[in-house]
Formats: sequence, structure tokens, C-alpha cells
Amino acid sequence: MSNHYETVFILTPVLSDAQVKESVESYEQLLIAGGCEIVQKEIWGLKKLAYPITKKSTGFYNLIEFSCNGEIIKKLETEYKRDEKIMRFLTVKLDKFAVQYTEKKRNKGKEIQKSAE
Amino acid sequence: MAQQSEIRYLTPPTVEVKKKKYCRFKKAGIKYIDYKDPEFLKKFLNEQGKILPRRITGTSLKFQRKVSQAIKRARHIALLPYVTDMLK
Repeated sequence: MSNHYETVFILTPVLSDAQVKESVESYEQLLIAGGCEIVQKEIWGLKKLAYPITKKSTGFYNLIEFSCNGEIIKKLETEYKRDEKIMRFLTVKLDKFAVQYTEKKRNKGKEIQKSAE
Repeated sequence: MAQQSEIRYLTPPTVEVKKKKYCRFKKAGIKYIDYKDPEFLKKFLNEQGKILPRRITGTSLKFQRKVSQAIKRARHIALLPYVTDMLK
């Protein structure tokens, strides 16, 4: 029985683009290796934080929405804690209303793209 | 002792008409409160960034819990400040 999860993590702004891309890729590979099916990947890029975290006031936000059976979450979180490039992370289990909400938002995004073309 | 009628008000005293409060989530049929868009959550914060009580916003208990959980998650990932003197 695979549950839906959503993880948001913030990288320190000190990194170069290549490092950012590489670390995001590494987490994706970790998820895929653990047998997760990635539903959506969003990169919000550099955003201003509402309060300074470890003396830094901006951060690189990215979001991964995936579905898996749950053992991987523990491994993912230890990876987050071990990685010092990550300033903050949050993993959330999505209930059925949340899944509908994200699906509706994604379809709306697609429609806008289609109408834009 | 000035009788009641003799007291003249410059402007007629406006009695506070009692507006029936309603839960905006039940009315709009919103089922999930997303913790990732701070603009919507700001409606439930006062100037100092504190969560507004139900008696002011009028939301039902079930959705007030969802709102407060979403706000706490947004604060954790620094989308909303814990305390501030932001102008709304």
C-alpha cells in the first residue's frame, strides 16, 4: 500500500548551480533507488526566508512529491540530517484531500500551458 | 439632571450590527489547506504573526486545527515568520 508523501528542503544559498542540481539529483536517485515513484518535482529557486536560518536570509527551495511504502522516509531523513548543505527540511504525508488538491493544481498548470501555446 | 432626550449626539451612535460569522472553508468547500502558500495563510495571522482565534475568524474547530497545523509547518520552512511586526 503506497502512501503519498511530499518533502520540501532548503539548500544554503552559498552553493553554485552545479552543486545545487547535483544534490537535488542525489536525493531523487535515493528515492528512486528505494522504490519510490516520483509524482512531481518543483524547484522554487532562491527565495527570501521569513527569518534568518544559521545567519543566512535566503535559501534554495525545492519540493519533491512521491509515493512509496514508507520505509524510505527514515533513510531520507537521516540523509537530510547528515547533509550539511541542507538548512531545513519537512516531509509530510499527504491524505486523500491533499492528493486531490495537488492533482487539481497540476492539471490547472497543464491547461494554462496548453492554452498558452 | 439632564433628561435622556436632551443629550444630543453630534453623530448618531452606530450600534454594532452583529454579522453572522461563518466558516469560510465549509462555505467554499475547501478540503485541504496548503501550507505552501503564505499569502492565503496570512489571512489567519495578526500583525505580529500570531494565529487568530476562532472567535475572530469564525472558522469551525476542524478547520481551525488544519489552519494552525499548516501555519506551523509554513513557519518551520521559513515561509512565515514566527514573530514580526509586519504590516499586513
